[in-house]
Amino acid sequence: MTDAVSTSPLKRTPLRDVHVKAGAKMVPFGGWDMPVQYTGIIDEHRAVRGAVGLFDISHMGEFEVRGPDALGAVQRLCTNDASTLEIGQVQYAALCYPEGGIVDDLTIYRLDTDRFMLVVNASNVDKDWAWVTSHSVGRAEWKNVSDETALLAVQGPRAEALVGRLADRDVIGIAYYHFATGAVAGVPAVISRTGYTGEDGFELYIAAPQAERLWSALIEAGRPDGLQPIGLGARDTLRLEMKYALYGNDIDQTTNPLEAGLGWVVKPAKGDFIGRDAIEALRVRGLARRLVGFEMAERAVPRHGYRLMAGGAAVGVVTSGSFGPSVERSIGMGYVPSAQSAVGCELAVEIRGATHAARVVKTPFHPSHTKKA
Amino acid sequence: MANVPAELKYTREHEWAKVEGDRARIGITAFAQEQLGDVVFVELPKVGAKVTAMKTFGVVESVKAVSDLFAPVSGEVAEVNDALPKNPELVNTDPYGKGWMLVIRMSNPKDVDGLMSAADYQKLTADGAH
Repeated sequence: MTDAVSTSPLKRTPLRDVHVKAGAKMVPFGGWDMPVQYTGIIDEHRAVRGAVGLFDISHMGEFEVRGPDALGAVQRLCTNDASTLEIGQVQYAALCYPEGGIVDDLTIYRLDTDRFMLVVNASNVDKDWAWVTSHSVGRAEWKNVSDETALLAVQGPRAEALVGRLADRDVIGIAYYHFATGAVAGVPAVISRTGYTGEDGFELYIAAPQAERLWSALIEAGRPDGLQPIGLGARDTLRLEMKYALYGNDIDQTTNPLEAGLGWVVKPAKGDFIGRDAIEALRVRGLARRLVGFEMAERAVPRHGYRLMAGGAAVGVVTSGSFGPSVERSIGMGYVPSAQSAVGCELAVEIRGATHAARVVKTPFHPSHTKKA
Repeated sequence: MANVPAELKYTREHEWAKVEGDRARIGITAFAQEQLGDVVFVELPKVGAKVTAMKTFGVVESVKAVSDLFAPVSGEVAEVNDALPKNPELVNTDPYGKGWMLVIRMSNPKDVDGLMSAADYQKLTADGAH
């Protein structure tokens, strides 16, 4: 395993020492010193699918925007239609460049009529902050609250019961992609029914100094539920089985939302936004390539950057790949020409100079158990 | 501290060898499997293939990483562990037992003299561990 060497010191979440003390294996991720695993990736993956897992994802970035033109600014920056959001609702969206490439993917929280929170990827916080503040419009005041905000995710079939026991309010009534404010284990939180695992669960936004208190309370109270702390390794296999895109792997400046399968968060009818014309032109022209999910005939693992072949020719590249612990086979995602993107199409992955058979399959690879389902 | 059986010989690349007459049974060490994490795939040569000491003979893949396997000794592959394609996790759960990989019929039994003792390997992993 080779870790990228960086000259700047790694950033630490408020829980970094707690992870080290718990025996986590730490790795650099997006400039952060993060736990990749505690007991083992497969064990942690199964704990989330079968019971409940606790994630420290405080490395994620949070921006708040408020003011009479806050909605207008969000609408200008994001591909989705934030005007449809009720207070207490969350929306997935993309920030795009004028050419249609993706700056980042994010979730938008409507905190109030004129107040939103944007949650962005850890590795993109600085880039996104520069982007939103330089492309904002009207009377909208931006605040980067990433450093003062900690974020814990509680995911799995027992998440609702666990968070419900510790919360001072009802959480069963919080619908998927909605949130409410309340206290969890006495810690004031934004309780959001969202996640990146395909399981039911919550993401809890809290003040950074309270992170350890809430973490410990969840570990303690979750013991009878089989709760385990979960590292980034299992977070990656969980999201891959759902075919959720990871910025920097599956989507980036060189990919557009349509070919990435994110057309459902692009709403040209809402009015102008950055990237709209380019994306609409693409839609009219038709897509040259698409992001597909594929499974391997054998266990050899496809990995980011490996070549995808069809009919003996190189046709694309693997953007994410792993052994999927719940589907119990090797799976991946990658861009292939539209003609090869239909379910059932035969592909091959070049692994260490040899070609290994693969096939485009229906996604998600593993059935989603989020609240809406 | 990972288990390092005294009766085995070791490579710097974290393979072990157990001499059985003119043959050597080989696998990866407990330290290696701990560093790799969950093993999900092992790519091995077929019976009859030739392997060369300190050259790669296969690959072990965990969820996160790919790692080359180095032959402790030269010779011909006499046996391959048929359980590994279906149950690669045996490399994690029993690296010195059911997780063995190959039996090599040695072409030069003196290769064994070039391998590390358990004490030396223990030292190596103590220094190399983080």
